[in-house]
Amino acid sequence: MSALTAGSALAVVLPLILLFGFLLHQGASAVNVDFFTRLPKPVGEAGGGMANAIVGSLILIALAAALGLPLGILGGVYLTESRDPRLPWLIRFVADVLNGVPSIVIGIFAYTVIVLPMRRFSALAGGVALAVIMLPIVLRTTEEMMRLVPASLREAALALGLPEWKVILRVVLPTARAGIITGVMVAIARVAGETAPLLFTAFGNRFWHQRLDQPIAALPLQIFAYAIAPFDDWHRQAWAGALVLIALVFLVSLAARIATRGRYSAVR
Amino acid sequence: MTTAAASRSLPSAVVSARTRRGWGDRLFRGLTRGAALSLILLVVAMIIGMAGAAMPSFRAFGWRFLYTSTWDPVAETFGALPFVYGTLVSSLLALVIAVPLGLGAAIFLAELAPVWIRPPITFLVELVAAVPSVVFGLWGIFVLAPWIRNWVQPALGASLGFLPLFQGPPYGVGMLAAGIILAIMIVPFITAVSREVLLAVPNTQREAALGLGATRWETTRIAVLRYGKSGLIGAVLLGLGRALGETMAVTMVIGNRPEVAISLFAPGYTMASVIANEFTEATSDLYLGALIEIGLLLFAVTVIVNALARLLVWSVGGAVKQVRE
Repeated sequence: MSALTAGSALAVVLPLILLFGFLLHQGASAVNVDFFTRLPKPVGEAGGGMANAIVGSLILIALAAALGLPLGILGGVYLTESRDPRLPWLIRFVADVLNGVPSIVIGIFAYTVIVLPMRRFSALAGGVALAVIMLPIVLRTTEEMMRLVPASLREAALALGLPEWKVILRVVLPTARAGIITGVMVAIARVAGETAPLLFTAFGNRFWHQRLDQPIAALPLQIFAYAIAPFDDWHRQAWAGALVLIALVFLVSLAARIATRGRYSAVR
Repeated sequence: MTTAAASRSLPSAVVSARTRRGWGDRLFRGLTRGAALSLILLVVAMIIGMAGAAMPSFRAFGWRFLYTSTWDPVAETFGALPFVYGTLVSSLLALVIAVPLGLGAAIFLAELAPVWIRPPITFLVELVAAVPSVVFGLWGIFVLAPWIRNWVQPALGASLGFLPLFQGPPYGVGMLAAGIILAIMIVPFITAVSREVLLAVPNTQREAALGLGATRWETTRIAVLRYGKSGLIGAVLLGLGRALGETMAVTMVIGNRPEVAISLFAPGYTMASVIANEFTEATSDLYLGALIEIGLLLFAVTVIVNALARLLVWSVGGAVKQVRE
């Protein structure tokens, strides 16, 4: 029985190894300086890169973080500090359920509230969609990390006569900072790879973006467009893009893992 | 000890001092409360926004939308049955593959594996969950689908071809490919949540069984799995929720043909992939409304599945300790 469960554990991680091997094999040759610095070439011309998509993804992530992080962190503070018997339970529940809502549905939401009134696809709409995806993750991680702060620390600060808001801002949040930053990075890693909610919000763009109310390119969108196109050169670029994207996501996950080592084992 | 518990146990003098808060505390409290409430506002806005945009389709088709299978944008006749069917079949197929593997891996990681090997494998499982959907889709198109066409489908056709499920030409892309890629994508979630549930089972359960002379596997089966049953069902439901709404990878390997076909070899279509493929092409309000109605349906189903799943998982581990994803 032990061997059987070990076999299933192996089967769960095997696709990752296969996938990573193929990405390295197919994509490594197309990851070069041009890939990071050039615009996509027109169909039929070899070469070119995804510079606009990489910058576009960074802009979208920055927008999402600017909208989603303050709300998420403040909401997380509420969940730990509130002495209300019911509301935190409800918020926690809604956050976890929202976390499970398909990202494409979030995309439709951003479409109905931003794209339809503005009558155009825009970077802003993409950023809002990604922010909605980040919000529940940041909220729950902030709460979890703040709960790890020892109560004695907070009591000591209160005993010095500090008002509660100062205790939270100056003592509790800084103590939980590393953990909260980790949660933020996990949320960023998650939205960095999101494609579905950007299809009809950010829409994609073969050129440099102009303004936030204009369509913008994103790395996952470009990978999708190149993967389903019938050109070998584009396929190579799609592999390269996927390699860059997955390297980014793995690095962030690894950094988050190292930063929280020991913290989790302390509570379990 | 958690801070909430600490503040509840503070002496009453401190509590009464705290209730006379300054304006700073009131402002801060209002701000955090507002941020938390914005989440609920967001969900309400989602429902209203999508229901409003789906209205033309509600009016034109009513309940017929759910059980007719004509999807004709030119004639503006829309029925979502092929997509509902495709979503259900691909997700069930994914569960059939992923549930035994995920539970097995979770039991290994939480109960049976040597302690030193647990953290690295748990981390690898988390990494599988972090792979973006579009990357799985890319791999699905160029590696998985050809492999299914050349090896899996001929083998299944030869051995189980008498079943209508495994008949027809081997395209590679189709319902089977979608089910397999979905299984790969949801199995890390099922593993991670099940592992958390198993870890939340009190040690006294295990000690009692071991004390009665049970072997390690018997202990796991009798004392741990039975205790955590509702949480494990929740973990499976969480996986189902992911599978129902998964978009990019499925869109890239399912073949995108809006027909109800019995054979798993045939191309299909899911609710999420029709939205992904046709949303930007929807020119009329009715067409767009039909697509958004599919989105609303997907929203409703995933909310119900996730709500049920959370309640079940919380029943074992408690709500406050977050289930890591």
